Amino acid sequence: MPKVDVDHSTSIEPISVRKVSKWKMLKRDKWLFLLLLPGLIWFLVFKYVPMWGALIAFKDYSPYLGFWASDWVGFTHFERLFQNPDFYRILKNTLILAFYETIFVFPAPIILALMLNEIRFTKYKRIIQTVIYIPNFMSWVIVASLSYVFLTTSGGAVNVIIESLTGQTFNFLSSPEWFRSMIIGQQIWKDAGFGTIIFLAALSGVSSEQYEAAIVDGAGRFRRMWHVTLPAIRNVIVILLILRMGNFLDQGFQQIYLMTNSLNRSVADVFDVYIYFSGITQGAFSHSTAVGLFKGVVGIILILSTRYIAKRLNQETLF
Amino acid sequence: MVVKSHNTPLGRVFDVFNYIILAIIALAMIVPFFYVIAGSFSTESELARRAFFIIPETFSLNAYKYIFSTPTFIRGIGVSVFVTIAGTLISLSLTLTMGYALSKSRLIGHKWYIYIVIFTIIFQGGMIPTYLLIRDLGLLNSLWALILPIAMNPMWLIIVISFFRNIPKELEESARIDGCTDLGVFWKIALPLSKPIIATFALFYAVQYWGDYFNALLYISDNSKYPVMLLLQNIMTMADTQFGEVDTLVEQPDESLKLAVIVVATVPIMLVYPFLQKHFAKGMMLGSVKG
Repeated sequence: MPKVDVDHSTSIEPISVRKVSKWKMLKRDKWLFLLLLPGLIWFLVFKYVPMWGALIAFKDYSPYLGFWASDWVGFTHFERLFQNPDFYRILKNTLILAFYETIFVFPAPIILALMLNEIRFTKYKRIIQTVIYIPNFMSWVIVASLSYVFLTTSGGAVNVIIESLTGQTFNFLSSPEWFRSMIIGQQIWKDAGFGTIIFLAALSGVSSEQYEAAIVDGAGRFRRMWHVTLPAIRNVIVILLILRMGNFLDQGFQQIYLMTNSLNRSVADVFDVYIYFSGITQGAFSHSTAVGLFKGVVGIILILSTRYIAKRLNQETLF
Repeated sequence: MVVKSHNTPLGRVFDVFNYIILAIIALAMIVPFFYVIAGSFSTESELARRAFFIIPETFSLNAYKYIFSTPTFIRGIGVSVFVTIAGTLISLSLTLTMGYALSKSRLIGHKWYIYIVIFTIIFQGGMIPTYLLIRDLGLLNSLWALILPIAMNPMWLIIVISFFRNIPKELEESARIDGCTDLGVFWKIALPLSKPIIATFALFYAVQYWGDYFNALLYISDNSKYPVMLLLQNIMTMADTQFGEVDTLVEQPDESLKLAVIVVATVPIMLVYPFLQKHFAKGMMLGSVKG
């Protein structure tokens, strides 16, 4: 991603980059390094120390002994993990939800952007846009609270309407069969509107000549959408899909934890929720770190292979 | 778009549906808030009687009186406000300084710093190692635990870097001829040009800190340091918690309290949104076009 451009920073004394010694370059850029330092330290402490700390997945970590004194146990935790039937249930739950997210949540902003792009009445377009961004500013606690308020079987508006139409109520909040639809619905409600910004920004770069040319060629409405509009946002779609793949197994903990209860636990148990319960509440630090590491490694494999495929297809990738 | 060829009947039918469906979608995103606001100002009996309304028939401020006379809530709002303001300032300082430095590819090791940032997008240490780090730093039950672990977002940093990279070189050159150091160029040239992007990420970070309950759930066990979001979560999941730890004169309302807390937890960020919105739409464009 970073393009290396030759940058004549000190134009007062133009110096060819090759001749300057490293020490001189350090000295010349001392203020830049000063600007860099706090952020770099933050990354090392809060991102890289935990990566190092993830090595406790190969240790029998005990809070009393600490990181260094705990014994190395090799792959014991992973072996135990792969023999645990719970692991396969959690893996299955995670994969199903991740799959649904990719096919339902991911395309939602694209469809919204295409729909908005067909609106010619600009004021209407702007109002709709402004309104659909709003849920993105709500935290998951707010989204979950709204879900509790509207979906409860004891007087929630949604169930009252359903009951008046069909005569029965649906226990969305605590039945396993509704859990996934509810999670997917919440995600679309919260994030789809905001996601459209990016696609609309990409679409604003499409010149009207392209559309006019397509009309001259006799392309109808939907053919124009297919041949002009969609290709214009293809790069953005691919980049976002690659990033999505990296988070494939990250079901947002914040959301799922809030919607989990003892009744829907059988389908709600995904990696992040499991890690929280076994690690933080039960103190099985090494075991839950092993689960996290497994998840992280799968994430890397997914993101790199998607990126590889995209490169093969001559797509621009992010990095 | 200038093009007009809505001549086919199919196209016209599509248009009608398109307008209607978008209107329904937009309503689905805004109407829940109308009910929550209306409900928070109505009485318990009305809430029990009517499942949905936008204009309350009764009026009561009990829920708000209760919130603003209960120390737990007042403290919670204070915690959230502090974390949001301090966190946003810290995040912006870190992101802007590092982003500016990394926009200069002449820096020794530039490529490596970029790799260091990008790698954290594709791999993280995970929840437990981060928890252990915060514990070992002695930050459990400290408000800094609500700020430091999420002080920077690597994706947003990348956007800031590509923004700074597009600042015309001539501007910086001329400042340097006037005797500015890199620090001076950053402060006098780059920052004033970055208002849209600063507004955008101020909003993003503020939303992140205000809405976060995950870090509070992990790192804060002392309930006098709970932010609003964690209090709201407790109210919603434990139906009959009593929050009046100290004698309050107001009796605890039930349904309307839930709705009023949602309002209290929503309104501050909604107040910031229009204030920053005009910059924000521009900032998003600048960032996203470059990817």
